[in-house]
Amino acid sequence: MKEPLLKVEGLKKHFPVRKGALGRVKGHVKAVDGVSFDVMPGETLGIVGESGCGKSTTGRLLMRLLEPTEGKVTFDGRELTALGGDEMRKMRRDIQMVFQDPYASLNPRHTIGKILEEPLLVHGVKDPKVRKRKVREFLEIVGLSGYHASRYPHQFSGGQRQRIGIARALMTNPKLIIADEPVSALDVSIQSQVLNLMQDLQREFGLTYIFISHDLSVVRHISDRVAVMYLGRIVEIAESDRLYGMPLHPYTQALLSAVPVPDPGFVREQIVLEGDIPSPADPPPGCPFHSRCPFRMEICKSKVPALTEQETGHSVACHLYTEEARGDDNKTLVTEGSL
Amino acid sequence: MDSRQKVLEVSGLRTSFFTDGGVVPAVDGVDFDLYRGEVLGIVGESGCGKSVTSLSVMGLVPNPPGKVTGGEIVYGGTDLLKLNERKMRKVRGNEIAMIFQEPMTSLNPLFTIGDQMIEPLRIHRKISKKAARGKAVDMLRLVGLPRAEEIMDEYPHQLSGGMRQRVMIAMALICEPKVLIADEPTTALDVTIQAQILKLVKDLNERLDTAVLLITHDLGVVAETCSRVIVMYAGKVVEEGPVGEIFRNPQHPYTEGLLKSVPDMRFKQERLDPIPGNVPRPGSIQTGCRFAARCPYAFGRCTGEDPELYETGDGHRARCFLRERKEAAAYEGALAEG
Repeated sequence: MKEPLLKVEGLKKHFPVRKGALGRVKGHVKAVDGVSFDVMPGETLGIVGESGCGKSTTGRLLMRLLEPTEGKVTFDGRELTALGGDEMRKMRRDIQMVFQDPYASLNPRHTIGKILEEPLLVHGVKDPKVRKRKVREFLEIVGLSGYHASRYPHQFSGGQRQRIGIARALMTNPKLIIADEPVSALDVSIQSQVLNLMQDLQREFGLTYIFISHDLSVVRHISDRVAVMYLGRIVEIAESDRLYGMPLHPYTQALLSAVPVPDPGFVREQIVLEGDIPSPADPPPGCPFHSRCPFRMEICKSKVPALTEQETGHSVACHLYTEEARGDDNKTLVTEGSL
Repeated sequence: MDSRQKVLEVSGLRTSFFTDGGVVPAVDGVDFDLYRGEVLGIVGESGCGKSVTSLSVMGLVPNPPGKVTGGEIVYGGTDLLKLNERKMRKVRGNEIAMIFQEPMTSLNPLFTIGDQMIEPLRIHRKISKKAARGKAVDMLRLVGLPRAEEIMDEYPHQLSGGMRQRVMIAMALICEPKVLIADEPTTALDVTIQAQILKLVKDLNERLDTAVLLITHDLGVVAETCSRVIVMYAGKVVEEGPVGEIFRNPQHPYTEGLLKSVPDMRFKQERLDPIPGNVPRPGSIQTGCRFAARCPYAFGRCTGEDPELYETGDGHRARCFLRERKEAAAYEGALAEG
């Protein structure tokens, strides 16, 4: 069996909420609250969820752009969460990030050449000729041309800028790329160009992706496995065909049924959830989803369901599938029988 | 289709922006009719002119630099473009109302929801404060907001994004307009909240018989909400027709490309089929078919001449020379057979 490239165990990030003149801590926003998953080399893991579910925070924690409150991240056999600043910086050569907004993540005062050379400089490529040659090479790999190196970000369209963002991530020959909503800001006809590019690069360079997005159609297209997050937790994780074909968690079911499908002839039972997503500063006790769940039981209001494997590779955090809730049913059956 | 009543007729609409870099024709000769009680979608990518079209109808194009330079927008027998600001104000919010993408920026953060709900009623109707408040509460209930009475005294920041969009819809509908223009009303919302809002818009459209002009970039939203759709590209209508027809039998290569390039959640596709090239900047192409440079079927004529909208079926029109070719081929085929 292959070793996972990335192993995440019990990852947490609690942001303190300060109030009043003295700035006393008056509680915590539990942005990420105990997340565990593995990523195998060469695969694409999709992370989906709605705003505030903690998917972007998770991405930033993995790169330690944010310091986790708790939990362990192991990459390629080394524990990232135990590394010092200098060592972590060296590790970032292997883990790169692509951001959502290609307008905000490229410095408008630098030429594309300078932007792309930067990661090489940071990681100790001293020879300017080597750097320049690599810049040209990668511009061509992402579908641009070498002469673009002398231009500035504003001279490019959104789609081209995202290609530059991807080229920058590739400069250090990383093993893992964390892409946070990489196509969300792009027009529909351009989205598919960038998605195809990402798939080509994955094949060519043997890349591993963590693809974070709120767009369920895009995630299905690109991912081998998908994790669904809600209020800082993973509620379901499975191979993408399985997750989309046979979702187990009531939240996943509702989420999938709410996605508009570009086919006016498509008829389905839509589960329209009541209410809003609760604030992560004040999550409901028990299962985070119970306040909106059409199937909630008594146990859901008090006990957080653990993420447990139902079928090989398909795990879900829901009391509908836990031994305990089933056990309760059995108990009532037994007592009735014994009477 | 003609038996139904038209509530809005837009013809030859041109809206340009006069910038230092030259004149940018954002809307370049747009025609469409909106029928009573229907949901008409306008779909297109950034810069295609869909939002400027809706702002032109509302008389809200920022001037300067923008200006409606031609065409007619006929509502209830009068051309809205000929009305002065005072008369237009009687139409806006009263007969034709609009909701926007970002409900946080379109609600005033300094006034309570109640104050903002009552304002259009006090302006357009002779009605007491108390009666207006009662109507506002009813409206908030109608759009499915719980604790309507309390919300009246709350400020926008106290509500979630979905609730704010419901408030916007309630406010837009409070004067019972004949036309509701919704410009990307769910783009800033989460999927589960989007489903709630779209369902609400459809319900209200049926219950109140309000015609809805829904502007969106999301083909899924169009398929689920609209009865007819207009596809726009670079300031022009490139295709128009009933939703079923457009999705199953697109006649314009752009519509076809757009449909092929979006991933469908129901299937696993090996590879997507993107439209090559970039979305053109408004005004960068002045002659010929605006889509020719990205079109897989383009031929000589496409870059030299502007195609017109060809009738391709019942209520279905497409701005493409291929249509003429198909007709010619069919005609020749018939001649050869005959």
